[in-house]
Amino acid sequence: MLTAAIIAILVVMIMAITRAIMGPTLYDRILAVNMFGTKTVLLISVLGFAMGRPEFLDIAIVYALINFISVIAVLRHSDKSIFKTTQADKKSMQRHS
Amino acid sequence: MTSVFLLAFLVVIAVAIVRMRDLLAVSMLLGIYGLLSASFFVTMDAVDVAFTEASVGAGISTLLMLAAITLTGRSEHPTRHKPVLALFVVLITGCLLIYGTLDMPYFGSADAPIHLHVAPHYINNSMQEIGIPNIVTSVLASYRGFDTFGEVVVIFTAGMGVLALLSVVRRAENITKIDSINDSMHAEYLILRIVVKALIPFILLYALYVQFHGDFGPGGGFQAGVIFAAAIILYAMLFGMSTARRVINQSVIQFFAAIGVLLYGSVGVVALINGKSFLDYSALSADPVAGQHLGILLVELGVGLTVASVMVIIFFNFEGRRDVLQSQENNHKGDN
Amino acid sequence: MMDIIMNISSAVFLLIGSFLCVSGGVGILRFPDLFTRMHAAGVTDTLASAMILTGLMLQNPDGLVILKLIIILLMTLFISPTASHALARAAMINGLKPMLDKPADHEGGMSSKT
Repeated sequence: MLTAAIIAILVVMIMAITRAIMGPTLYDRILAVNMFGTKTVLLISVLGFAMGRPEFLDIAIVYALINFISVIAVLRHSDKSIFKTTQADKKSMQRHS
Repeated sequence: MTSVFLLAFLVVIAVAIVRMRDLLAVSMLLGIYGLLSASFFVTMDAVDVAFTEASVGAGISTLLMLAAITLTGRSEHPTRHKPVLALFVVLITGCLLIYGTLDMPYFGSADAPIHLHVAPHYINNSMQEIGIPNIVTSVLASYRGFDTFGEVVVIFTAGMGVLALLSVVRRAENITKIDSINDSMHAEYLILRIVVKALIPFILLYALYVQFHGDFGPGGGFQAGVIFAAAIILYAMLFGMSTARRVINQSVIQFFAAIGVLLYGSVGVVALINGKSFLDYSALSADPVAGQHLGILLVELGVGLTVASVMVIIFFNFEGRRDVLQSQENNHKGDN
Repeated sequence: MMDIIMNISSAVFLLIGSFLCVSGGVGILRFPDLFTRMHAAGVTDTLASAMILTGLMLQNPDGLVILKLIIILLMTLFISPTASHALARAAMINGLKPMLDKPADHEGGMSSKT
């Protein structure tokens, strides 16, 4: 059953990476990174059980924290001019819709 | 099997990073890269390395990169030179490296030189000589204590470099102007503020756990320092720089960065005075194992202090420089 | 007997968690705009982590391990919705509007149904 969970998490990781690369806006990428982070936490805890090394959970805790911090770091500057939706963003959004 | 998948993801992400022009997107992808390589280290059973990669690669470096991007601008300049020559050089180097790996022993083979030299000694004698369960910590802090001292000095030097390049002389009339643009995420993000306020004490507590649990499980000064600094940086981001400056005095932080390196070095000097070699902790106490314990504790404390303060120094200086640039912009607008 | 029940319930929790994970992944790929994707990712992320972590808790009776799993669980329950909220808010402020049905389309849909 642990194997099934690992496979499912790996599949979702592929999907999140696809979204992170495709974009189209910055926020999609942040969303994908956030999701990828939660999936990494899950992967590490499940791997810890599969390999019989429960001390992996310490790392999973760090991940849960770090993931949150990097999302906030991006959002902190979101009222600055460089974060306003750029021309390129708008173009790619039109292409996709 | 999992590690093969993770390595494939790494390659995909690396190609995407090279192809992308939007630097913010690149920093997001670098975050994924850090997460991936740490999970790869976990599958290789290298828990301490994964721990470091988690806190440094995925956490702090993303933070610092974002702080740098806000100084420089969002999009990459197009390259003017032709990439053909560079590609040629890279290809040749790659081929040479692959040719070099042919001589190397197979991955994980028992008769590789690295498993025959000092590693058996560390694994067999660590428990009697050092007396702590986590061999990684005993190698890092005691057997290879001199290397780790070098690493701490490198981190300290990086902090000094950032200070020399970016530090801002805060003149009296500037301070009020800069503090007036204390852009906290205060008003807009009420929920975020409450959750983070509740979270920060636990992060600090967890950093202390990592610091002092390093003898028994994964962890140690480097990871703990980074996590501690991350908590302070989180506070500074949410509540604004001038609030954070009121809590954490910049000169005190610089003092702590130096104290950490000094603590590490002076442990070594005390060992010298007691008649053993530099950083031989068994000289610290009558019982050699107790001396090793004390030495590792002090040394890890020094590492943690230096790492945490240097990270905070770097972040504060990036942000301070940005605030100055912004206040200058505002002045120009006022003149016009 | 107790062991079998624990194992089966842990397997069920893990399976539900894996299914939710994959459905969230499909959502993040297939949905048309940021806000719908965020809904897919946010909802399944929280529930799937809760399910998988509960499944792991049932596998190991060791106290410290369960405590750590509970810490991770609490952390995701707090952090994941907060991050989604902040992200959606920042996107709205910076001028990313949710994709809505165009009025013409909407009327057309209504008339064809009636």
